[in-house]
Amino acid sequence: MGKLFEKFPDPLARLIVVVVAMIALGAFAYFVLIPKPVKDIDFQWADAVKREKARPVRYAGFQACEECHGEIQIKKVTGYHKDLSCETCHGPAKAHTEDPDKVKPTIPTARTFCPQCHAYNPSRPRGFPQINPVAHNPLKPCTSCHNPHDPKPPTTPKECSACHGEIARMKAVSHHVQLECTVCHQAPQQHKISPRSVKPTKPQTREFCGKCHGKDATDKLAKNAPKIDMGVHGEKYVCWQCHYPHSPEVEQ
Amino acid sequence: MNGRRSFLRGFFAVLLSGGAIEGVLKLFPSKAHAKEAPRTGAWYGYGVSVDKCIGCARCMDACKNENNVPKEPFFVRTWVERYIIRKNGQTTVKAIAPGDEATPETVSDKRILRSFFVPKLCNQCANPPCVQVCPVGATFQTEDGVVLVNEKTCIGCRYCIQACPYGARYLHPVSHTADKCTFCYHRISQGKLPACVEVCPTQARVFGDLNAAASPMSRFLRMNKIHTLKPGLNTEPKAYYANLDGEVR
Repeated sequence: MGKLFEKFPDPLARLIVVVVAMIALGAFAYFVLIPKPVKDIDFQWADAVKREKARPVRYAGFQACEECHGEIQIKKVTGYHKDLSCETCHGPAKAHTEDPDKVKPTIPTARTFCPQCHAYNPSRPRGFPQINPVAHNPLKPCTSCHNPHDPKPPTTPKECSACHGEIARMKAVSHHVQLECTVCHQAPQQHKISPRSVKPTKPQTREFCGKCHGKDATDKLAKNAPKIDMGVHGEKYVCWQCHYPHSPEVEQ
Repeated sequence: MNGRRSFLRGFFAVLLSGGAIEGVLKLFPSKAHAKEAPRTGAWYGYGVSVDKCIGCARCMDACKNENNVPKEPFFVRTWVERYIIRKNGQTTVKAIAPGDEATPETVSDKRILRSFFVPKLCNQCANPPCVQVCPVGATFQTEDGVVLVNEKTCIGCRYCIQACPYGARYLHPVSHTADKCTFCYHRISQGKLPACVEVCPTQARVFGDLNAAASPMSRFLRMNKIHTLKPGLNTEPKAYYANLDGEVR
């Protein structure tokens, strides 16, 4: 060993000793002093997963509600709200399942609650039931007419405009204002009770419009209707590709 | 003669050093490739039916209740965007907030071509950019494919927030660590649905194990035409969108 060092000049030998000592110290600190959780990333991740799993649950899930409130479940299962979880309206209820007497879930009664889903918003999918909260029975709580567990209109509507207000308002300022909806659509009585499963008819052919708007139309409604020659006007297209029947001006 | 020799010597040295660098890179490969679904066990995915969303923001409320997300509107783990697309191609995107007034002034606006809501959340990418950039290994992927944040080692540097192409992360104002959707990891490990899926009134949100043969999730994937967000970034998202409009980013 001594001979090995003699080959180096003295300052270099000292430097080597210092460097070796520092490496040894570093290795000692890393492998002995620093505890495993600080340097082992897999250990840290497993710990994080454990902590994440241990977080408290606030929403109990609809199965938990059914155990005690089966009667409401039975009522709800045939209505339009059958796919709604109880906690969508009543709020988080895990605490209620643990101590049913002390913690009660909320019962939303404010008139601002239902419009969160049912206020008219043009971005909502077509056919979703929507009302204008300002015009729809103002100041009356929603629950005075609708049972939220089985929501449906309190009386079967007689007018088409009760549900199809947008079309009715558009038709009211169009040339078709005089026409009843039933001139073009046959709405079976069942449509008013279950609107999604039984649909009204729609005209299918050019000839249907031609009954009033053809050159030699004889229908009594057709007296003042603009007439066209079905043979040359529009060729192979059906009428509603250019004219919207509820507001029958040509779209630009 | 001499010039050519020294040129060749330099040229081969560069070639060799290039090879050496590649060798080093092979010894320490980058982590930038997607994790694959395990043969057994869960591999979670998320489905969104854009045409079913009514923009009621129940999901945002439920997420904040379940996960201690601050109530202020700009801290969100999941959110809903309202798209308004005009005839001239101009698109407006606005994140809605619970209790927002509906804006029916757009009804009469003839310039509007179409309008709809798009729910968004962490895409739980199989190849997550946030995991790649984390300097301390605080964000990671679990065995079942969920990207989590270890809040004990997160230093709050916000690098992951910048790196996420979907804007799904935010800095939690109390813990000062990065926070994001965990698919409600505490709920799904108990067999429950994530809170947002639980409360969604129109089933616009679907959750399940992608490895399961029969589940609402596999049915959703089978019955719909599926898109993901920003597929060109190779992040391989596990949030699948049905009926997605081409304008959605």
